Amino acid sequence: MAKIQVQTTINGETADFLCDGQQSLLAVLRDELGLTGTKEGCSTGDCGACSITLDGQLVPACLVLAAEAQGREIGTVEGVSQGTGLHPIQQKFLENAALQCGVCTPGLIVATRSLLLKNPNPTEAEARYYLAGNLCRCTGYDKIIRAVLDAAASMRGESA
Amino acid sequence: MSNPNERKFKVVGTRPIRHDGLDKVTGRANYGADLSLPGMLHGVILRSPHAHAVIKKIDLSKALAMPGVRAIVTGADFPEIGSGGMAAGESHIDPKDLQANIMARGKVLYHGHAIAAVAASTIEQARDACNMITVDYEVLKPVLSLAQALAKDAPILHPGRKTVGVPPLPEGDTNIMMRLANAKGDVDAAFKSADVVAEGWYEASMAHQGYIEPHATVVTTRENGQADVWCSTQGQFAVKSMIAVTLQIDPNLIRVTPSEIGGGFGGKTTIYLEPVALLLSRKARRPVKMVMSREEVFRATGPTSGTRIWAKIGAKKDGTFVAADTRMEFEAGGFAGSPMGAASMTVFASYNFPSFRLEGLDIVVNKPKVAAYRAPGAPNAAYAIESVIDELAQKLAMDPIELRLKNAVKEGDTASYGPKFDRIGFVECLNAAKNHPHYKAPLGKNQGRGVGAGFWFNVGLQSSATVSINDDGSAVVRTGNPDIGGSRASMAITAAEELGISVERVRPLVGDTDSVGYCDLTGGSRVTYATGMAVIEASKNVIEHLRARAATIWGCEVDAVEWRDGQAVGTNGASNNKPLSLADIAKQMGHTGGPIIASASVNPPAAGPGFGVHLCDIEIDPETGRSTVLRYTVVQDAGKAVHPSYVEGQLQGGAAQGIGWALWEEYLFDKDGKMENPGFLDYRMPVASDLPMLDTVVVEVPNPLHPYGVRGVGETPIVPPLATVGNAVSRAIGVRMHQLPMTPPRVLDAIETKKG
Amino acid sequence: MAKVIFSGGLRALTGAESVELEAARVVDLVAALYARFPVLEGKLEQASVAIDGTLYNDARYQKLRPASEVHFLAPLAGG
Repeated sequence: MAKIQVQTTINGETADFLCDGQQSLLAVLRDELGLTGTKEGCSTGDCGACSITLDGQLVPACLVLAAEAQGREIGTVEGVSQGTGLHPIQQKFLENAALQCGVCTPGLIVATRSLLLKNPNPTEAEARYYLAGNLCRCTGYDKIIRAVLDAAASMRGESA
Repeated sequence: MSNPNERKFKVVGTRPIRHDGLDKVTGRANYGADLSLPGMLHGVILRSPHAHAVIKKIDLSKALAMPGVRAIVTGADFPEIGSGGMAAGESHIDPKDLQANIMARGKVLYHGHAIAAVAASTIEQARDACNMITVDYEVLKPVLSLAQALAKDAPILHPGRKTVGVPPLPEGDTNIMMRLANAKGDVDAAFKSADVVAEGWYEASMAHQGYIEPHATVVTTRENGQADVWCSTQGQFAVKSMIAVTLQIDPNLIRVTPSEIGGGFGGKTTIYLEPVALLLSRKARRPVKMVMSREEVFRATGPTSGTRIWAKIGAKKDGTFVAADTRMEFEAGGFAGSPMGAASMTVFASYNFPSFRLEGLDIVVNKPKVAAYRAPGAPNAAYAIESVIDELAQKLAMDPIELRLKNAVKEGDTASYGPKFDRIGFVECLNAAKNHPHYKAPLGKNQGRGVGAGFWFNVGLQSSATVSINDDGSAVVRTGNPDIGGSRASMAITAAEELGISVERVRPLVGDTDSVGYCDLTGGSRVTYATGMAVIEASKNVIEHLRARAATIWGCEVDAVEWRDGQAVGTNGASNNKPLSLADIAKQMGHTGGPIIASASVNPPAAGPGFGVHLCDIEIDPETGRSTVLRYTVVQDAGKAVHPSYVEGQLQGGAAQGIGWALWEEYLFDKDGKMENPGFLDYRMPVASDLPMLDTVVVEVPNPLHPYGVRGVGETPIVPPLATVGNAVSRAIGVRMHQLPMTPPRVLDAIETKKG
Repeated sequence: MAKVIFSGGLRALTGAESVELEAARVVDLVAALYARFPVLEGKLEQASVAIDGTLYNDARYQKLRPASEVHFLAPLAGG
C-alpha cells in the first residue's frame, strides 16, 4: 500500500511526512520526525504520557492516526518553551520538585498548559480532575498539583 | 562520631533545582525508547498463549521467509548453563531460571512467556513474521492460586525440583520451592498467658510496580564480539553481569549505558529484552531495538507476589505483647524466588515479642515470575501484622499509637531477625504521628482513621565516585547510579558541601559501565547513603590534593595548609598568605602538577532501618462501597535529608503506591490463566483526582554510619499503607477487612455481611 | 571467642542455638563453622553478616573482637 503524504504544522513550523494508514501520530512524531519528547506509556490512551494538542485540543497522540494531522496544528512539549526561556509551567515544575523520574512530565506540562489556557484560576479539585488523565507513579501528585497552582498564580501575575 | 545534627550545613538540606530537570521538562532527556541508530532493526517477541504448556515444536520456516525479516531466535539460541544462586534485586533467581524466564526452554510457565523473537526492518514486519511462527504446545492444566498450588493433586510446575530450606520439607513433587521457619521461646505457652489475642488471614493481590516507561533496549554488536547495550535499568553493572551469565559471554565484551529511567521501583533490577536483542543483533549484524508494549509489561515482566498471610498476636491487658505467630504464603510466579525471605525478617521486627514463631513458603504458580517491588515482601507482612495490632487495639480499647509505643523497638533491643538495633527512630516517628494535627482532627459519619507502621532495611553494597576539578573552579562528580528520583542532585549537593562551592558549580554525571567505577544498583534505598558516602570520600581526597597545590604555590609544607570553608588557609609559618579558593587553585592546576581528580570506593554496612508511621482518613460511601481518601500523613525517619524535596517525594510516591495496592490494584486472571486487565484502564493505579495532598513529616534521627546521618528513604514509604488504609476502611465500616484491594464490591459485601 | 547465634534455618541445620569459636576474621569463623558443622559447607558465602549489631553485605575479611556476637542472615537488597 502506498504511503500517505501529510502536511501539517508542529509547534508553529510546517512539517511534511509520509506515513502508513494505520500509523499513529505518536509513532510518527517519535520515530519519523525525531520528536521524542512525547512519550509512549501504554498506546491505549490511558496514561497521558503522549499528551499533545491538536488544533488546541488536548489529545493522546497514540489514539490519533498520523494521517489525521493533515492540515492541522500540533503542539508538543518541544514547543512549550518559547525562545530562550522556560514557560512558567516548566519553571514551576522544577521549583516545586514536581518530577522524579520525569517520564510523565512532558505529557503533564502539555496538559497543564491546556488546563490553564481554559481555566487560568483552577481550584485544587479542578486541577486534579483535569489532569486525571495523566498518570504519575513516582510523585503521588502532591508536588505536581502544587506546581500547577503555583504556575497558574505566576501566569496571573500573582505570587503563589 | 560527633552528632551530625550539630553540623552547620551550607548546601545539604537546601532545595536547589535538580541539574537534570531542565532536560526533563523540555522533553530533551533520553529514555530507553528515545534512541534510534542508523540501520537499526526492530525486535518483537512471540509470547505463549497458554499459561502452562510443554513446547513440542517451533517451526520458523514461514516466518523466516517473511519480508524484512533479518533474524529469529528461540530458547535454543541460548547456551546451556548450570544452576546456582544469583541476586537480582530482592527476589534471588537462579541464572538458569533467569535465562528460561527471558525465553522459554521446553516449558511455558505463564501466559505471555517469551517463546521466540524476530528482528525485521519495521516493527510491523516483525509482528507479521511473529504471527507466522507456528508452535506445537502440549497444553497443561494451569495453577492459578496459592490454594491450587498447595492442593493434593496440583499440577506441578517444576517436576523433580526439591523444596529447599528449613525442614520439615515436602516429599516428592511439590510447588513449594522454599520453606523458612524461625522461632523464639515457647510461643504456645506464651499465648496461654496472654489476656487478649487477635488473629486473622490477610490476603493481598499480585501487584505491578506500574512504572510509566515500558522496558526498552537498543543493542549494537560488532565483528569482534563487543556489544553496546543501551537500556532503561536500575543497574547497568548488574545488566552487564546478567547478560554475561545468561549468554555465557565474557563480560568484558559488554558495555551497558543506562538511559534516563522512567520509573523502576525494583522492576528494572532484572533483565528481559537485552539478551534477546543481543542475540538478534549478532545474527542480523545490525543494531536491534526492542520496546515492550504496556500489555507485555503487565503480562510478562515481574510484578510482586500475591500473598496469603495469617498472623496472631497475644498481649497482656496493658498492651504488652507476649507472643506472635505467622504463616506466610508467597506467589513466586512461574519460577522460584519470591520476597518471602525478606518478609520473614521484617514481619516481627518492629516490635519486641518475647516469643514468636514464623513459617514462610515460596510457592510457584502459573503467573509471571515476580520481581522486586519497593521493600519487597515487607508491605505484605506489615499488612497482616499491623492489621492484627489494630484489632488488638480495639479489643483492648487502647489508642493504636499508644499500643505501638508500648512495644516499639529501640536502640539496643534485639531484632527478631537476630542482631541488636543500633540507633533507630521508630519511637520518634510514633510520637510525631501522635502529636500531628491530623491525629486530633475530628471524624464524621462513615469515616474511619487508620494507623500503620513499618520499615525497610538500608543496604550498603558497593559504590565508587570520582570528583574532578575544572580550571574554572567548577567540579564534575561521576557516579554509576541511574537517577530514579533525584539522586544525582543529591550527589552534586554532597560534593558541593564537601568542596565548599555552590551546587550550581557541580556537574553530576551518571556514567556507563566503561566510564565510571563499579556501582551496585539503584535500589535498596542505598544511593544517597552509600554512593553519597563515596562522593564524600572522593571529595575529601580532592581536598588533600588542593592542600598540596596550595603548599606548592606558597612554598610551604602541606602540614601548614588547612582547608576551611572552601578555602586553603595557611597556618603557622604560612599564615601570612592570602587564602586560596578552589577557583584560585584550579586556575594554577597546570603549574602545580596537572589536573586535580580523585576517586573513592566504599562498601559500607547496612544502616539501621528507616521507620515510617502513616495516618489515613477514609470516607466510605455506604451505597456504593467507594472509598475516598480524605487525608493522609506520612511520618518517616530520614536520618538527614540531603535534598528535602526529593525525600518528601519518596514519602509521597511510596504512600500513593501503597494506597493504590490497598484500594484498587490487582491482577485479574481468567480460568485459563490469561490476565484480563493488562492495561492502565483496568489495572487501576491512583490518578490525580483520587488523592488529597499527602502531608509529610521528615524525622531526623541520625544514622551513626553516615557522616551526615543519612538514612535511605526510598522503600519504607510503601510498607505501612496497606494496613493503614485497611485499618481506616475497617474502622469506617465497623467490619475488619481481610482482602486487598478493598474495591467497592468487596466493601459493600462487608457492609452487607455486618447488616445481615 | 566469637559467639555465633543461629536463627531459623541455620538452627534447624546445625541443631544448635549458638556456638562459640575462636576466629580473628569472618573468613576464619566460616572455616571454623564448616569444620564444626559439615552440613553448613558452602551455605554461608552469600550471607549478610551482623557483627555486634552492624549488618555487613560483604563481611569476608571483617575483623572480629574477642567477644563479638555474629549472626548470619539472608543477603539483602531491595527494589
